[in-house]
Amino acid sequence: MTFKYNNVYINDSATVTGPYESNGPLSKYFDKSYDDLYFGTKTWELAEVKLIEESIDILLNKISKTRFDINVLISGDLLNQLVATNYAASSLGIPLIGIYGACSTSVLGLIIAANMIESGQIKNAIASTSSHNNAAEKQFRYPTEYGGPKRKTTTFTATGGASAYLSSYKKGIKVESGTLGTVVDLGITDVYHMGAVMAPAAAKTIYDHLRETKREIGYYDLILTGDLGIYGKEILKDYMLSEYNIDLKNYDDCGTIIYDVSKQPVYAGASGPACAPLVTYSYIFNKMYKREIKRVLLIATGALMNTTMVNTKNTIPAIAHAISLEVVE
Amino acid sequence: MEDKKYKNLVDKHTPKENVLDNALIAFVVGGLMGILGQGLIDIYTYLFNISTSDASMLMIVTLIFLGCLLTCLGFFDKMVHFARCGLIIPITGFAHAMMSAALEYRKEGLVTGIGANMFKLAGTVIIFGVVSAYIFGLIRLIIMGG
Repeated sequence: MTFKYNNVYINDSATVTGPYESNGPLSKYFDKSYDDLYFGTKTWELAEVKLIEESIDILLNKISKTRFDINVLISGDLLNQLVATNYAASSLGIPLIGIYGACSTSVLGLIIAANMIESGQIKNAIASTSSHNNAAEKQFRYPTEYGGPKRKTTTFTATGGASAYLSSYKKGIKVESGTLGTVVDLGITDVYHMGAVMAPAAAKTIYDHLRETKREIGYYDLILTGDLGIYGKEILKDYMLSEYNIDLKNYDDCGTIIYDVSKQPVYAGASGPACAPLVTYSYIFNKMYKREIKRVLLIATGALMNTTMVNTKNTIPAIAHAISLEVVE
Repeated sequence: MEDKKYKNLVDKHTPKENVLDNALIAFVVGGLMGILGQGLIDIYTYLFNISTSDASMLMIVTLIFLGCLLTCLGFFDKMVHFARCGLIIPITGFAHAMMSAALEYRKEGLVTGIGANMFKLAGTVIIFGVVSAYIFGLIRLIIMGG
């Protein structure tokens, strides 16, 4: 399902990260980075709450608005019951739509915000997303200090909070269209190979987007997936060609951009809901403002993984949502 | 695409794990751990003038302490990451699993946190350790008569 927008713009955005991200190649593009993973809080969960709060604070400063000027906050994260989102929202007092789309959350938030603004129901919205490496490790895998070996295909959850301010005011990046993805499951059960889980969902969403907008893949200067990692990226290219006969050129993956995969201890690259927006709102927007690239199709990919379902021998479904971004001329 | 066909495509792009390298490192590090353990036993028997079995117990306590200490100081996960099974299979791995879980959950309270979660990883080792000890003991009794 593709929505076309005429009057929706991302006016500004803000990113806050942890140490692994600031040690990576994109460090100068982030608004704020911390050297440790607690950020002055007592637990990983509260640290993630702070990521959302701070990214919204920085964003409000940038656009010279107060929280009372914001109509809706659309936010999501990976933690159970969306605790990072809910606790951040409780201190902010902005009407909240809490969403869960695993690592596809960022684009899902942008699509919901864009639809509400385009229809005139609201004037503006903030779309936020966060993830925290240790909070995610604790919830989905092992205690953070446990050093059990991991496979090469494992991805490393990015630590960060990213927020974008959307309105109908013509400035910044135009949200041109958005495609809601469908859930795809090709029978992968390996929780340490999320790239393989998510690649078919990304492929289907790209295909649906191109078909419904009647576009060729070359229309976009950059096709950017969320967090497939170095192996998932190759799987997507191969799958896209053999299943849909589409040759992915000008293609990259946020999970491989945010870290220096060859030097940092991040296995196959980054993952997590914050991965796609951290890269897009900082590095990619910067390139767009400089007119190095003009049209970007961002496909945030989410593995809808649940440890109980995986332990009871079920496969892992995945979803991907796409959004078409253009620089305002 | 069918699930099976997709699995083949995924396998094509999935890197092989360095099984041989890992096994070699684990063999060497595990061997060094064995030497360390034996050295400790010899030192304890010599120093405290005790039997080998008492010294073995002291050696195990020492290694558990070291595993826990290094886990608390934040080094051990990095050492395990390098040495893999060389440090996981010996008693140090068991200590590491217990201590990392205890550290992670201590903020959730003594009973609901540490008490309920400390055996999250190590529980498996204990359960199946006891089960396999029972089975092998039974086999030994049947074949060798005790």
